[in-house]
Amino acid sequence: MTVKELIDSGLFGVINEGENPDCEVTKVYACDLLSFAMSKAVSGSAWFTVMGNMNTIAVAVLTECSCIILCEGAALDETGLQKAQQQGVTVLKTALPIFEAALLLHEKLK
Amino acid sequence: MTDVIKLTYKVDGEDFTRAGEASSDLKGKLKKMNVPPDAIRKVAIAMYEGEINMVIHAHGGEITVEISKDCITMVLADRGPGIKNVELAMQAGYSTAPDNIRTLGFGAGMGLPNMKKYTDEMKIDTELGVGTTVTMRVNIA
Ligand SMILES: Nc1ncnc2c1ncn2[C@@H]1O[C@H](COP(=O)(O)OP(=O)(O)O)[C@@H](O)[C@H]1O
Ligand SMILES: [Mg+2]
Repeated sequence: MTVKELIDSGLFGVINEGENPDCEVTKVYACDLLSFAMSKAVSGSAWFTVMGNMNTIAVAVLTECSCIILCEGAALDETGLQKAQQQGVTVLKTALPIFEAALLLHEKLK
Repeated sequence: MTDVIKLTYKVDGEDFTRAGEASSDLKGKLKKMNVPPDAIRKVAIAMYEGEINMVIHAHGGEITVEISKDCITMVLADRGPGIKNVELAMQAGYSTAPDNIRTLGFGAGMGLPNMKKYTDEMKIDTELGVGTTVTMRVNIA
């Protein structure tokens, strides 16, 4: 599934459509602590978290995540949004808890 | 690539919006030089953690990077408070990060362990009240 297909599936809301529509969503990753994400998220990961700030964006760029999904209705703060727009990072949202949201995508990727 | 390429980055200790920029820039440059992805990933992880530590624990500093055909060497120097007990600081989960930093997702206490894990050599020179210099080397296989 590509990022564009994930967006079009309507599974999650859209906060920022990035510059990577054709990027393949390869894996599901969930954690809020940046040091864990930095070492464990791999290229193509869809990253589920409640941390919506610029540091989340920075780590997503460095690890080459395909997208970030902010769960539990968590918002992306203003500087985070600016950074996501600048760097072309796809950020989605959902009111679901992290586990349920990640499971939804996991089922879809099977 | 026969020569050694040298890069320097100033890390602003107050500006969280720019934390990670040096790592991003270096990653982009290494990609352009066709350094193997595995080595780039290690450098990006180690450098990001080091850069963040300079911002959250040491009011910023300076990073020097040397890229040769065999390895990438990063030297992160700050004039922060220094590290009292390096052995303790190296333990997974140990962190003195304050709550306001933790709410941003930092402070897992995994920075130094990650830096050690993802580099081929790591050395910490630190003196209380003077500063800390972390030297890391990633070999290009
Ligand atoms: N450059 C530094 N200057 C001063 N103290 C540091 C520095 N880097 C790390 N430390 C100390 O070592 C501890 C562990 O660092 P680290 O493993 O990166 O975890 P974290 O940054 O999540 O606290 C920090 O909480 C801090 O007390
Ligand atoms: Mg750290």
